[in-house]
Amino acid sequence: MPYQLTDEQIMMRDTVRRLAQNEFAPRAVEIDRQHRFPRENIQRMAELGLMGIPIPEEWGGAGCDFLSYIIAVEEISRACASTGVILAVHTSLACFALLQFGTQEQKERYLRRLASGEWLGAYALTEANAGSDPANLSTTARLEGDYYIVNGSKLFITSAGEADLYVTFVRTSPGSRHKGISCLLVERDTPGFTVGKIEEKMGLHGDPTGELIFDNARVPRANLLGAEGEGFKIAMSLLDGGRIGIGAQALGIAQAAFDVALDYAKKRVQFGRPIAEFQAIQFMLADMATRIDAARLLVYRAARLKDMGLPHSKEASMAKLFATDTAMQVTTDAVQILGGYGYCKEYPVERYMRDAKVTQIYEGTNQIQRLVIARHLLK
Amino acid sequence: MKIVVLPKQTFDTEAKITLDAAGKINREGVNLIMNPYDEFAVEEALRLKEKHGGEVTVVSFGGPKVPDILRQALAMGADKAVHVGDEGLEEIDEHTTATILAKLLRDLEYDLILAGWRAIDDGSAQVAGRVAEILGLPMVNMVIKLDIAEGKAVASREIEGGYEVVEVPLPAVITAQKGLNEPRYPTMKGIMQAKKKPMQKLTIADLGLGGEEVAPKVRARRYYLPSPRSQGKIITGEPAEAAAELVRLLREEAKVV
Repeated sequence: MPYQLTDEQIMMRDTVRRLAQNEFAPRAVEIDRQHRFPRENIQRMAELGLMGIPIPEEWGGAGCDFLSYIIAVEEISRACASTGVILAVHTSLACFALLQFGTQEQKERYLRRLASGEWLGAYALTEANAGSDPANLSTTARLEGDYYIVNGSKLFITSAGEADLYVTFVRTSPGSRHKGISCLLVERDTPGFTVGKIEEKMGLHGDPTGELIFDNARVPRANLLGAEGEGFKIAMSLLDGGRIGIGAQALGIAQAAFDVALDYAKKRVQFGRPIAEFQAIQFMLADMATRIDAARLLVYRAARLKDMGLPHSKEASMAKLFATDTAMQVTTDAVQILGGYGYCKEYPVERYMRDAKVTQIYEGTNQIQRLVIARHLLK
Repeated sequence: MKIVVLPKQTFDTEAKITLDAAGKINREGVNLIMNPYDEFAVEEALRLKEKHGGEVTVVSFGGPKVPDILRQALAMGADKAVHVGDEGLEEIDEHTTATILAKLLRDLEYDLILAGWRAIDDGSAQVAGRVAEILGLPMVNMVIKLDIAEGKAVASREIEGGYEVVEVPLPAVITAQKGLNEPRYPTMKGIMQAKKKPMQKLTIADLGLGGEEVAPKVRARRYYLPSPRSQGKIITGEPAEAAAELVRLLREEAKVV
């Protein structure tokens, strides 16, 4: 597996890093404290063509490879993990849903707006009784003339209320588990569609995560993505790319925490010398750096396989599992190295630790990732 | 309007400077960037092109990593790049660099030459001025506002206590000061397009130069790092006595009052 990045990938990484460190990182503290949606970050990303990095130019994207996009998610999450997940869901799930399954008309109408950043995309699969078991979803859609009439609700939806288009999974034939699921493209101002409660979360405060309510919502029949009954297949096929994106987000958070911990350890003096001179701290730093490196290799490998058009489902799950566990471990260790200061909001590591936790939960819990990996092993 | 920009590759502003065993500045593992003042120059060239039309060429002299900053300028929107390699040159100075750049510029068409007023590494602020001198061009340095009209450049620069507005005929050399503009980031599309834009690689021999012509006239004899700051001193005791002791130390030890 080639390891070297191309000149373009390096320049892209350096550009995104500069943007994220100069503009997003200083804002991240305030965004976290005020639970404020980082609209200005989305605007900047749109200006620089970051809202459709791996989408072909003919659809308004930048036409780069998937790995370039993954590196961008990593660098942005290193500065602001909320902005990172908004970008990851928008690209991996919403843009790719249209790119892979959209008709020419649907791409014309929606993908172009999404990839250029004019519109923000979201992905609505989870429900109160359908989390790790999405085939159990109960939001229904019934065809009436040229419209689907949608009833039910979705839970824990990223960018709820802020996104303009929701890739929504509904049940079109009752009682048939995954075979009865279809995918609808729901615009923000669809009659009968409202945003319910926005959750108060432990972290990722810049990303509104909430409930979507469908009360006889009227979605045009032309907004059916794929065929009726294909929804579950669509949902699952998008998740591999989504998992690599969340792996990249976790990687960025871990790197940010490590940077702070390393810097602090070199400056903090106890017993007359910097704590970085104590082996107890050195071993922690060595383990953190090693895990981050290994996570990066796994995440980049999965992205490369996807770019090469090779199977990558197991590798995406491995990358997501390892990178997000790494983020939790590294951010916890960073808080430990900073001690009392690490526990306080004066330093960013407590935020990194709060932000890291959800990466082990969403886009398939890490228990589900292990299940996916095991299934591949036992095939 | 044809504009040539002369960016230089420098150490990253956050690079830790160390000396190697031979007492030279250690370049190992140092992150290299486009000199920030040169970024202002590239940005200004692009803005002038967007306003007046034309073409922006970026030219840089230096080692094998120089194409990185040229590609960055191309990704920002410059049209073509020329890299003159430093192969075979052990030591260089500002005379060397200016001689090489001026020789190359004689073969290029230009209405305006832009550069940063100084590089953040050696800070000598000489190369653009020397290029202007060799080419016999007017020069305005440390410019914070630039307008081009009817074959003339009107440039504002900060002077002690105020501003000065200078007018020069084109072609001219203008150097950029912080405040001239806010450089753009390359867009993703710009980055993808950069690799399709022409980048010419030349050697000093290609320019018909060599030997004494490019030999440095100035040689650095020694580099040394500033001595680490010694620890502060805390004066204990009653405030009145401590203040008196502080004044005594400032007068007798530090000799500043």
